[in-house]
Amino acid sequence: MQQILYFLKKFRFFLLFIFLEFIALFLTIQHHSFHKSKFINSSNTITGGIYNKANSIKEFFHLKSENKRLVEENTKLLNLINTHKTDFNLETFSVVDSIKYFQKYQYSFAKIINNNYTKPDNFLTIDKGTNHGVEPDLGIVNSKGVLGVVKNVSKNNATVLSILNRNSKINVRLKNSNHFGTILWNGKNHNTIQLIDIPRQAIIKVGDTIITGGKSAIFPEGIQVGTIKNFLFNNNKYQEINILLFNDMSALGYVQIVKNYLKNEQKNLERNTINE
Amino acid sequence: MNNLFFSNTLRFIGLVLLQVLVLNNVNLFGYLNPLVYISWVFLFPVRKNQSTILILSFLLGLTVDIFSDSGGINAAATLFIALIKLPLLKVILKKSDFDYLLFNIRSISFGKAFILIFVLTIIHHFIVFSLVYFSFNEFYTIISTTFFTSIFTIILCILGIVLFTNKK
Repeated sequence: MQQILYFLKKFRFFLLFIFLEFIALFLTIQHHSFHKSKFINSSNTITGGIYNKANSIKEFFHLKSENKRLVEENTKLLNLINTHKTDFNLETFSVVDSIKYFQKYQYSFAKIINNNYTKPDNFLTIDKGTNHGVEPDLGIVNSKGVLGVVKNVSKNNATVLSILNRNSKINVRLKNSNHFGTILWNGKNHNTIQLIDIPRQAIIKVGDTIITGGKSAIFPEGIQVGTIKNFLFNNNKYQEINILLFNDMSALGYVQIVKNYLKNEQKNLERNTINE
Repeated sequence: MNNLFFSNTLRFIGLVLLQVLVLNNVNLFGYLNPLVYISWVFLFPVRKNQSTILILSFLLGLTVDIFSDSGGINAAATLFIALIKLPLLKVILKKSDFDYLLFNIRSISFGKAFILIFVLTIIHHFIVFSLVYFSFNEFYTIISTTFFTSIFTIILCILGIVLFTNKK
């Protein structure tokens, strides 16, 4: 007994070290697995508040580029409205049944208050949370393309799994040929991401546009991602396709949150089909 | 004692804010971010009872982790250098026992202080980047990032310590 006490006394600092080190490693490993890090993230009140303050100063310096982006988006939307006006003048005018019809995607806006892009696993923090209707697994986009998927949510902030994260996988397709693939990131250059699972019969060229595929229930179909920068074609297979993003991931301001009202319906239907 | 308590608390908060608001956004050559907050561990007074420095450096690392969404990576690395600081000092100064109360990193010669900071920084950064990449395929990336970030951190740490602390 006395020897045990002596041992504990002699090595008490080392035992304390082992104890704390285990906590740290536990938190690290927990953080590496998707959707599990509940406590250690930057969406809580104190850290979110400090980032909010720092960001309101930084925001001032980006007003010019942000305004330019908004003007571009307004122009695009105006063009969209005008194309619909011509549709209504056609003779075959379809009636929308007001009982069956309802909106599928809802957009709301948020501001990026913390942006990482140099690490191999990056997260963004936005200034909207459960108080504003944000929940996990909503898509984050801006006018230039896809940015990520909401991961953890607190009352007023939320963290976003950026597309610049090795755990991020998003379904995309080629704009001109309907061949589907998946984008992921190898953790190196923050301007390029990688496209995999493109079938060998697809014909691709440098400069082809990549858009979201709409298979995933998170993003609507047709949101821009980027253009093909270069690719390798070996053994009758596309080995490595690099995509140049439209977004500059190092300078992000306001973003849109995409909510899919029909997500649960689609998920339940798919689950029931598998279970049968 | 009171004076020590206040100066270390202020330094703790100041270094965490400096790290998360300024230095995490430096991105020199696209990817180098110095981890200067570890200079808190270098400056913390040496005591025979190590539990204070172990618990506080764990908290320091954890605070930086919470801000930068990295799990417990910085906590693990900072805790490790806090543990080996005293044994390393004994090896560098070639003493088995010394005057704990009067010890100050400015009171030893520059060469010896530099070796201490150099070894602790390299070990800290190696642990951090190993846990960040967490893969043997990235071994070369881990080594090169550790090396270049360490140079950056060491320069900033030594400049900071020389400029902002008094020589006894």
